[in-house]
Amino acid sequence: MTSPLCIGFIPLIDAAAVIVAVDKGFAADEGLDATLVREVSWSNVRDKLNIGLFDAAHLLAPVAVASSLGLGHVKVPITAPFNLGLNGNAITVSPSLHAAIISELVGDAIDPLATAQALARVVAARRRSGAEPLTFGMTFPFSTHNYQLRFWMAAGGVDPDEDVRLVVLPPPFMVDSLANGQVDGFCVGAPWNSIAVDLGVGHILHFVSEILLCAAEKVLAVRQNWAEKNPDTVARLIRAAFRAAEFIERPENRDETARILAAPDRVGVDVDVIRRTLDGRLKISSDGTTRENKRYLLLAREGAARPDPMLAACLYAQMVRWGQAELNPKTLQTAKAVFRPDLYDAAFGARAEPYKPAALTSAFTGPAFDPDDIAGYLRAFSIGRWKG
Amino acid sequence: MSAEQSPKIVIVDESPIRAAILEEGLREAGYTSVVQISEMRSLLARIYAIDPDIILIDLENPSRDVLEQMFQVSRAVRRPIAMFVDQSDSASIQASVDAGVSAYIVDGLKKERIKPILDLCVSRFNAFSKLQDELERAKSALEDRKVIDRAKGILMKVKGLTEEEAYVLMRSTAMREKKKVGEIAQSILTASEMLK
Repeated sequence: MTSPLCIGFIPLIDAAAVIVAVDKGFAADEGLDATLVREVSWSNVRDKLNIGLFDAAHLLAPVAVASSLGLGHVKVPITAPFNLGLNGNAITVSPSLHAAIISELVGDAIDPLATAQALARVVAARRRSGAEPLTFGMTFPFSTHNYQLRFWMAAGGVDPDEDVRLVVLPPPFMVDSLANGQVDGFCVGAPWNSIAVDLGVGHILHFVSEILLCAAEKVLAVRQNWAEKNPDTVARLIRAAFRAAEFIERPENRDETARILAAPDRVGVDVDVIRRTLDGRLKISSDGTTRENKRYLLLAREGAARPDPMLAACLYAQMVRWGQAELNPKTLQTAKAVFRPDLYDAAFGARAEPYKPAALTSAFTGPAFDPDDIAGYLRAFSIGRWKG
Repeated sequence: MSAEQSPKIVIVDESPIRAAILEEGLREAGYTSVVQISEMRSLLARIYAIDPDIILIDLENPSRDVLEQMFQVSRAVRRPIAMFVDQSDSASIQASVDAGVSAYIVDGLKKERIKPILDLCVSRFNAFSKLQDELERAKSALEDRKVIDRAKGILMKVKGLTEEEAYVLMRSTAMREKKKVGEIAQSILTASEMLK
């Protein structure tokens, strides 16, 4: 038995692998005495991990990278030996913004380029009439939600820093803010999009898997120096989380998973909403329309749990595009080194997953991502803060 | 900077009592410019309007993430803001995280001037938690009292005991079963409810 472990998490569906690992006893089977601590903010998770109150945490993948680069906060090198989830977010807009986008839409509402161009026309019309700029909520400055919203609207010609307002909102406040008109739309993880739809205050416009086909969303994060001192514990954690992720991905286990996650001290939302999320089958409108996407949230499928440095590089490129980070080879190296497939592989011995990263990091528009030519990649986008 | 005398401090707290306790402490210590924000809507706009040197926010407040936006390069930021805690300050951040306080400071304020404010907040926060614990204990003691009184009434009626005899019976049963009197009283209420 190893010494007790404290694992922080935010009540979101993509914390499923850590929650199930502990609550189903997979962590205990690995000889880990793990306790889960539910947190209210990403800053808390980051800080408590940084100062050692947590041994491991469910963390926004871009925060793991930002922390390692010393962006926005103190520099604490973080190691991510396991992806807790790829994708899993959605963009939801208010019924009135949805109606405005649909009325300006040329093409299919499922096509992010068409909706982004429609958004640009809505934005232009509002500006002409002297209306307040539209406001969109996202969960953290260093978050895929921020980058996915920006990527989408910029593709249609909307400058996210000039033409609209982007504000950070804690996920539990998203739905209320949409209902009371404080925001016109948001990008957030499950279950909040579904809750907005169920309450009739929002319409899911896009799953983020339709925007960036594959983005590292949450990672299992540990401090780099802690990982170096406790390689055996890290391996046990990876195995327990992987067993949980595989368990969750099997359709026959989804009801049980949903019940575990629905507990008040875990995610604490309705079983049915959790089930829909795990199945990637979401009600997108209060009229009952559903949309299904097998890639809505990936846990263990398609090798999703293996932390590919290419995905870290992709997040770093988004940081550079939006002026959060400088572009230089050394920083890129540091960013990539946060994701540790070697630790993941070591935990399973010879059993490594087949993996095809090349197809994963493309988006609905723009060139395929090339970690060896980020400057070239970024030059393909006309809107951005990076002046290369 | 202009706030060399007394820095402008904002307390972001949804609990008005705790905010009042913090503010009182700060004023007693000579920090005269203190503003409370208890409404989390448009938090950033409110903070920008006040233009504080120091923001204090409870770690249990999810809106803490909203403040992170101030550290970003953005058109809304008029001057750079930094979190005062750096790597050399792990002891004070540890203390503040433990106590549930976090401090964000406008760049340019000296660390030595922050320490007493943070220490004061930590001790006030602890005082508030202690107060809350005591209140909780008093509440549950009162609950126990009510349950015991009702159970006594049942025993007196069913077994024809005096009030004192009823209490002694519950007490001795509690001792024998290594339970609290309140728990025995609750069992009596439950049983009597079932036997109705």
